[in-house]
Amino acid sequence: MLDSNEPLVSVREVQLHYRVGGALSALRGRSSVVKAVDRVSFEIRRGESVGLLGESGCGKTSMGRLLLKLEEATGGEISFAGEAIAGLKGAALKRYRAKAQLIFQNPFDAVNPRFTIRAALSEPLENAGIPVREREGPIIEALELVRLPQPQQFLDRYPHQLSGGQLQRVVMARALILQPAFVVADEPVSMLDVSVRAGVLNVFRDVRDRLGLTAIYISHDLALVRYVCERTIVMYLGRIMEDGSTEDIVHEPLHPYTKALVAAVPVPQPDQSHDPLPIGRGAPDPRNPPSGCVFRDRCPYAFERCASQVPRLRRVGTRNVACHLFEETALSSGRQ
Amino acid sequence: MSGTLLSVRDLKVSYSVGDGKVDAVDGASFDVPRGSIVGLVGESGCGKTTVARALTRVIADNATITGGQILFDGADIAAIPERQMNALRWRDIAFIPQSAMNSLDPVYTVESQLHEVLRRRGGMSARIARARAEELFKMVGIEKNRLRDYPHQFSGGMRQRVAIALALALNPKLVIADEPVTALDVIVQRQILDQLRGLQAMLGISVILVTHDISVVAYVCDKTVVMYAGRIAEAGPMDAVLTRPSHPYTMGLRNAFPDLKGAASGTLTPIEGAPPNLASPPPGCRFAPRCPFAMEICSKSQPSLREMSPGHAVACHRADEAPVLRELAAKTETWLAEV
Amino acid sequence: MPDVALSRPGLPARMFRSLHLPLNDRFALFGLAVYAVFVLTAIFADQIAPYDPTEILYTPEYDLAADLRPGEDGFILGTTSLGRDIFSQIVHGTRSALLIGITAAFMVALIGSIVGLVSGYFGGWIDAILMRLADIAFGIPFLPFVVVLAAFLEPSIWNVVIAMALVLWRDTARVIRSQVLTLRARSYVDAARVSGSSDLKIIMRHIAPNILPLSFLYGSIAIGWAILTEASISFLGFGDPQSISWGYMLQDAFASQALAKQAYYWFVPPGICIILVVSAGFFITRGYENLLFPKLGR
Repeated sequence: MLDSNEPLVSVREVQLHYRVGGALSALRGRSSVVKAVDRVSFEIRRGESVGLLGESGCGKTSMGRLLLKLEEATGGEISFAGEAIAGLKGAALKRYRAKAQLIFQNPFDAVNPRFTIRAALSEPLENAGIPVREREGPIIEALELVRLPQPQQFLDRYPHQLSGGQLQRVVMARALILQPAFVVADEPVSMLDVSVRAGVLNVFRDVRDRLGLTAIYISHDLALVRYVCERTIVMYLGRIMEDGSTEDIVHEPLHPYTKALVAAVPVPQPDQSHDPLPIGRGAPDPRNPPSGCVFRDRCPYAFERCASQVPRLRRVGTRNVACHLFEETALSSGRQ
Repeated sequence: MSGTLLSVRDLKVSYSVGDGKVDAVDGASFDVPRGSIVGLVGESGCGKTTVARALTRVIADNATITGGQILFDGADIAAIPERQMNALRWRDIAFIPQSAMNSLDPVYTVESQLHEVLRRRGGMSARIARARAEELFKMVGIEKNRLRDYPHQFSGGMRQRVAIALALALNPKLVIADEPVTALDVIVQRQILDQLRGLQAMLGISVILVTHDISVVAYVCDKTVVMYAGRIAEAGPMDAVLTRPSHPYTMGLRNAFPDLKGAASGTLTPIEGAPPNLASPPPGCRFAPRCPFAMEICSKSQPSLREMSPGHAVACHRADEAPVLRELAAKTETWLAEV
Repeated sequence: MPDVALSRPGLPARMFRSLHLPLNDRFALFGLAVYAVFVLTAIFADQIAPYDPTEILYTPEYDLAADLRPGEDGFILGTTSLGRDIFSQIVHGTRSALLIGITAAFMVALIGSIVGLVSGYFGGWIDAILMRLADIAFGIPFLPFVVVLAAFLEPSIWNVVIAMALVLWRDTARVIRSQVLTLRARSYVDAARVSGSSDLKIIMRHIAPNILPLSFLYGSIAIGWAILTEASISFLGFGDPQSISWGYMLQDAFASQALAKQAYYWFVPPGICIILVVSAGFFITRGYENLLFPKLGR
């Protein structure tokens, strides 16, 4: 085995830029580049669970797709176990596919409605070259792993015959059936009813601990991320704003955006703060982000430098924060 | 002005599906006090949206109100002729849909849509309507120069503000909002809820907020009505229902909900099983098959909604034991042992 | 609840079912019945037709059996000016009509589906090239192109079929491409990719089965077009002189001044046959549309 301190996943200056508008609008100078992911860097150690937190359009889902090679980065490098994934082809790609898996947001969309559960779970096994008669064992095992009671009875059913909670467990079982090392879960409970969410989340936590999985949990809900991940990366308009331990972020958010995000999360308790959020109105516009810091137009603390200079992700205590407010602290802590 | 604005009594709505019928709402009773926000909570398929739509009598073609009364300002609007009902809509009872994008017409500016409501329904002159439209935009916090914009030029949150402005156009007494913030991001969600709360207090209107999210209820509502499988499980003042839940379903929901202010190590506990199929609901209490405290009687007779303390009603055979059950329900084992 | 889906029918039955024949639509059923009659006629043409359609016939009195009226001397629909049996020509014309219709439809559906699948699934420059080709095909005037190509290659029914396929694939390809675009965005396609399935496997397993009914719909539209086109071309005199078709019959009747001779029995039957088979095709298509896009009509 490799050194356990070595990162399993390493993302360096990764970009995913789309050109919007065709050749004609380019001629008229109207085409623009949308930076879905812009110069994002982070590392994930083996066995670590990291939450990718942000609002819609922040690039969290694109980041997940880049990690699984469902999308190709337009810049930077992603490596898995020390190997760059950009060049993977053929057998090497197949090996990577077996190791890195995805759990989907909408279970009803994630399983082909024409397939039985058995057929859906057979697909990865077939791709791994396991003959038909040897597939039943791993299928049952995987369904038991996700605590689907009496898995046998589900094998010949179709997706529409299962409840959302059951089907999401099937989706998890399919992701786990080849015993991956790395799993990306993209909002796996956002489509489920509250009363069954907890069941799916608990299975996810248990399985991850039991198999020692490295995981990324993509969500817009800090309370869910906190339940599953010890570390959280906060994204806004394609960039990382803050990266640190989830408890630190929940109790003492540093970046102004994280502050607003934490304050905005409603809690199921009668007495809670109704103070106005420390953030400007309006919504992030990915086609037309502000210069310098992408958050500055909504930031209550913005000053001149925020418009002229893009803040770098810097070490602040045990965290990384991309904000000019913290550069002084970063410098002084560097001097010590 | 105090008292009850809306009183729903034993409301029944059923859908005809194929040969059979499904009782989506089976005897719902609750009150909406004047000047308050009432949260109607429950999971998908519990009948909360059907109740909300039945209150405006805009329901699906295959649905019918099969029983009960809807007393609005003392008059039973379940029984009045359609013409009279139509006169009430928008002027007295307004609706905010979940997706403002679908409710706004993409080929007209929001101004012309506001004007249509103000002039056609409100009978205002063009000049007054223009002033009112500007006033409404000011109320929901949008600059008036955006009145000439088309719906697609607004962000999701802004569009929801436009929908609120439309709903408030004719000074209704009651606004029914169906999952108004579900599709929005947390920050915008919070801003819209603040806006809604502020306007409600300023105008003194009543709001029914349909949602699946009890933290949204906790944030804005005065009163909450918990629905399960077409029936009311528990109804009462928001803080009483959330801090002293008396129905096992409400207790279960609390356990299943992540709480950002709670302890970090807390475990979430799911309610095992799934809501019943309403085409063939279980006899007795509909929550009984999933309830860790179910007794013999629960699967035989349907519990009626009883008032346990002023304004706090519960439909549970064991409602008297609520404090004990609450303690048991707080333990994860309770919910696992049963299944 | 009896679980219909649990029992797994055999492969032929499943393939038949996946075609989704519109069996509960009256018009479509009528269309299918007409087709069944014509198909049987085509198969058993040699048995049904009393004479060889090109044979020059004589009456029992050893006169040329020319311009006989229906029923005269036992010729059911009479004879042509050259003494050929009209009924036998109709029967054999069915064969060439269906052959042309079905092969053209097959080629249109096949080319259109493959182009649509490849274009929609892979996107990028492949999509750009294929769709520009489709644009060009849309710009080609249909009948002149078929006439010129058929005349250029040599007048045979196969060249007519090829010429039609070269133009008509464009509609099918466009529609299938857009369908593939929506299917490709489904998460289960991503799931198949993440689990290591190749593009070919994803196309064959997750996408193609869902577009099969659409290919069939466009194929059945092409049948009618092909038969009409062949008739037009034959009527204009660019048809295959070796084979008897309804269009050829019309041309023959026109050239022999059947109209002046009031020989309705000569040109009305092939006309009716063309109308019957083409409208039967469109009835089936219509039933299909109601099935595939239930919100459009009824």
